[in-house]
Amino acid sequence: MRGQVSRKTIFGFIGPAVIGLAAVGIAPLLYAVWTSLHFYNLTKLKRVEFIGLDNYWTVLTDEVFWQAMGRTFFLLGTALPLQIAFGLGIALALHQPGLTLLKTLCRLSLVLPMATTYAVVGLLGQVMFNQKFGVVNQLLGGADINWIGDPENAFTMIIFWDVWQWTPFVALVLLAGLTMVPGEVEEAARLETKSKWTVLRYVQLPFLLPGLVAVLILRTADTLKLFDMVFTLTRGGPGSSTEFISLMIQRVGFRGFDQGLASAQAIILLIITIILAQIYIRVFYKEV
Amino acid sequence: MMSTRSLWSQILLLLVIITVCVFPFYWMVTTSLKTQIVALEAPPVWLFEPTLDNYREALFKDGVLRTLINSLVVAISTTLLALFLGVPAAFALARFEFRGKRDLWFWFITNRMVSPIVLALPFFLIARNLGLLDKHITLILIYLTFNLPIVIWIVTDQFRGIPYDLDEAARLEGASQFTIMRKICLPLAIPGVAVSAIFSFIFSWNELMFGLILTRTDAKTAPAMAVSFMEGYNLPYGKIMATSTLIVIPVLIFALIASKQLVRGLTMGAVK
Repeated sequence: MRGQVSRKTIFGFIGPAVIGLAAVGIAPLLYAVWTSLHFYNLTKLKRVEFIGLDNYWTVLTDEVFWQAMGRTFFLLGTALPLQIAFGLGIALALHQPGLTLLKTLCRLSLVLPMATTYAVVGLLGQVMFNQKFGVVNQLLGGADINWIGDPENAFTMIIFWDVWQWTPFVALVLLAGLTMVPGEVEEAARLETKSKWTVLRYVQLPFLLPGLVAVLILRTADTLKLFDMVFTLTRGGPGSSTEFISLMIQRVGFRGFDQGLASAQAIILLIITIILAQIYIRVFYKEV
Repeated sequence: MMSTRSLWSQILLLLVIITVCVFPFYWMVTTSLKTQIVALEAPPVWLFEPTLDNYREALFKDGVLRTLINSLVVAISTTLLALFLGVPAAFALARFEFRGKRDLWFWFITNRMVSPIVLALPFFLIARNLGLLDKHITLILIYLTFNLPIVIWIVTDQFRGIPYDLDEAARLEGASQFTIMRKICLPLAIPGVAVSAIFSFIFSWNELMFGLILTRTDAKTAPAMAVSFMEGYNLPYGKIMATSTLIVIPVLIFALIASKQLVRGLTMGAVK
């Protein structure tokens, strides 16, 4: 019978992983909770004192925090529809029959952006979007656009890189969905109607939905995590125009030295993430 | 049956996709081969005499070589540790029934979604108090927070695919569960183990934030090094791109090797 094993055996197998992950994943969080209940400034370590929920109160009423949160979701709201639209287009193009060699080449190229080190994407942005010697302005016909120094342009640039890096991911997820459609069903539908739209809407879409939900949740989590690429490209500036939530917490904790306040912000971010993960599991791991 | 016109438009579309994906890498590599004077020409030049000076200077004079070795040591160690802890756990999740299994899953997967800054704040303070700043071991341990879940997920899935009859036969001959895992299931699960190792390596190698916050000089990772070139007024663009190229090449090779499993791994198996 499956599963007839002593608790000791089970613990022998799973214990080391649980203890290891608890040591690096949970112990620090408890410490963060402790820090968040204190006045804890790296430049005033002699004055660490318990202040209860004051930091949380500050965060919840702090405009800057909610602006960073809003900015993060605004980025998601602009980048994700573009990724889905381009991704769907690419997936449909790759799903058509024929041109095997070129398509294989295309699929391999799609793998490159999403594996690229985020920090390198940011550095590439510095070079390619430079106002004077950047290739982007050259390709735009000798435009003189200040990408990095202007708040709105900087935001556009971040959207560009996010779309560049993650559209391939969306495309490959949707392509996997398209290949799940049974061949006979798709052929029968194509005999019935000439409209590609009808086939997409009524035959293919049901197979794309799980992938779309996965994309939605994972891109939300990744946008809340977004740090490396923006840090190397704009450091959250100019002003605070590209300061997304993770960058903001990093600034408060390490450039503003207020570890107590930053920890409270981090704990609130963690709670939002746990709710997201909960939804993700509910949707995808019903059988576990 | 496709008309020639639509065939050509399809070819064109595919070529555009490939170009958009690959062009930034082309630009990175060519910039890395430019002298500072050529790199700062406006508008940028496409044809020039390439030089390897940036690589030579970055690797040997600025110490990028050492940071690449640091990154390699950290990424390999954390991957091995994640496999060592994760494979038995995956076996238990695939083979045994026990209370709290679902909660355990939930916890593992949540770790994958938590923003690193949430852990970076307390980890920094703890490492500082314990004198563990700028040490390889600190990065090796904290990278477990994302590597261990990915190893456990991929390998559990692989173990589930192995027929249970094999275990049963071995058990009738008196083999312990540990022997069954090591001698029977693990050899069959090698593809999954390899893919999870590649993922774990890529994630660790690519990581910047922890490297930036938890290291200074001795354990500095390559991405943190690349960022440190960004200070000052006259940025050495060629050198920055040379360092970037050195960082990116290994991950791109690994990603191409694991390209078939990449989507599966990135969605934690939600998409097959």
